[in-house]
Amino acid sequence: MNTKTLAFPAFSTRHLHVWRRNSLVWRKLAVPSMLGNLADPLIYMLGLGYGLGAMLSDVGGMSYIAFLATGIVCSSTMMSASFEVMYSGFSRMHVQKTWDAIMNAPVTLDDVVLGEVVWAASKSFLSGMAVLLVAWVLGLVHSPAALWVIPVVFLTGLTFASLGLVMTALSPSYDFFMYYFTLVITPMMLVSGVFFPVSQLPAPLQVVTAFLPLTHAVELARPLMSGAVPSGIALHVCVLAAYAVAGFYLALVLTRRRLLK
Amino acid sequence: MTRADPFGMNSDNASCLRASGLRKSYSGQEVVAGIDLELRPGECFGLLGPNGAGKTTTLRLCLGLIDPDGGRIEVLGLPVPERAREARRRVGVVPQADNLDPDFTVEENLLVYGRYFGLAAAEVRSRIPALLEFAGLGPRADSRIQTLSGGMKRRLTLARALINDPDLIFLDEPTTGLDPQARHLIWERLRRLLAQGKTIFLTTHFMDEAERLAHRLAILDRGRIIAQGAPRELIARHIEPQVVEVYGDGAGRWAREFGRARSVRCEQAGETVFCYARDAGPLVQNLDQQDALRYLHRQANLEDVFLKLTGRELRD
Repeated sequence: MNTKTLAFPAFSTRHLHVWRRNSLVWRKLAVPSMLGNLADPLIYMLGLGYGLGAMLSDVGGMSYIAFLATGIVCSSTMMSASFEVMYSGFSRMHVQKTWDAIMNAPVTLDDVVLGEVVWAASKSFLSGMAVLLVAWVLGLVHSPAALWVIPVVFLTGLTFASLGLVMTALSPSYDFFMYYFTLVITPMMLVSGVFFPVSQLPAPLQVVTAFLPLTHAVELARPLMSGAVPSGIALHVCVLAAYAVAGFYLALVLTRRRLLK
Repeated sequence: MTRADPFGMNSDNASCLRASGLRKSYSGQEVVAGIDLELRPGECFGLLGPNGAGKTTTLRLCLGLIDPDGGRIEVLGLPVPERAREARRRVGVVPQADNLDPDFTVEENLLVYGRYFGLAAAEVRSRIPALLEFAGLGPRADSRIQTLSGGMKRRLTLARALINDPDLIFLDEPTTGLDPQARHLIWERLRRLLAQGKTIFLTTHFMDEAERLAHRLAILDRGRIIAQGAPRELIARHIEPQVVEVYGDGAGRWAREFGRARSVRCEQAGETVFCYARDAGPLVQNLDQQDALRYLHRQANLEDVFLKLTGRELRD
């Protein structure tokens, strides 16, 4: 691997051309895409929230459905960002060769990768916001502090877009992404406090969850949505940002190695 | 023009592309092994070579998409890869495999591609009707890419490469996989571009394409340029002017007993014998009396040069 592969990313506003290209495609299918993105989290939230919630008095000081809603805002953002960079990103990078076409124009790979990550974060942001909106309509959120969830969701989207793109850069085919979902994303969703408090887990596992990015997203979003100030804001933001930056750099190095040879 | 400078290389700095001592290896194997190239403004330059000769790698090096292991490249006066991105603002590219955007219509493909060059939407829109006309896709502006034929896709890719009104156009095997009608249409369009003063850098393994379009060409084999010059010049320099192709079961025996002695060179490929001669008269006279053999008498062409220089064995 040479120094150019490992070089510091060189960004420009040209990444917005890539963002704009993806948003134009999305706009053609915006309604079905949004409904599809919303159906899954809503089924979890309403099904588990009302069904399971009816058997529980309160969880973490709030109704179970309110508890669950705050977790699902984060997990649906994670899912949406991961799907976008992996399945759609892989199509554009490998199958349709859209990235190659863009790189024949005066746009560099660094900007293509940045555009993809910011785009996936933007799209997942809409998914997170849609869940937040539903929670608000259902009366599960009443504090204006919940508006602070908006930047948290965008940061969460950036983090998981960057991490997912590492998989995209390594992937030989679409099948590869199943490993990431079944071995990383799904277990993370189960142990990061989305469905039940992390304190329910055995102590050694709690140590592991403390290193997972989704845990930190939930730790920020949950208090904010119930009108409280999260504790350890700086730590949570730093962990999410660190995953985003490290994931992005790794994804960039791997895509440079894959495409610029 | 002096002898030391046969192509006028140093007489002006207006060359569109200049590469010297270009090298690139992959896992120890040298794919580009010291190439020197020079493209003059307004010419069509053909890079000819069998599969795997290093044509596409050379093109990617010139576009600054990969870094050479050695050598220097200058495109439109800018050093590559250092300032490749800026150079690509004035370059158009038709890649080997179609990578049109399947999520967009014909017109949207042009519009979105123009944005990658930082062109204003209004400017791109004003160029689109002429480009669609050029590509013969005027009535298909709103068609989806999947509904286009192979020839239409190629023409749209060519139109897309012109969205920034480039000075230099790279075409990587532009007519591979097209039917004869579609190929002739592409050639006609490329001639129009040359008439407008564009410079074209073409890679191909079709001899007729190179012979028709290229003012000058270089034959690339195993990463090296083994011959360079105008098509007619290469034929005159490397090959005898007349060729007689002989077909049939007895062709080999006829060559041994008669043909070989009356030709400068004789080659056999399968059932066919190729006799190269300065005067094919005696060969043809004799063949007219051989009922069992069929033959074709023709002028030597670029394919004969190519096969002589790169050999007849398969490359894949």
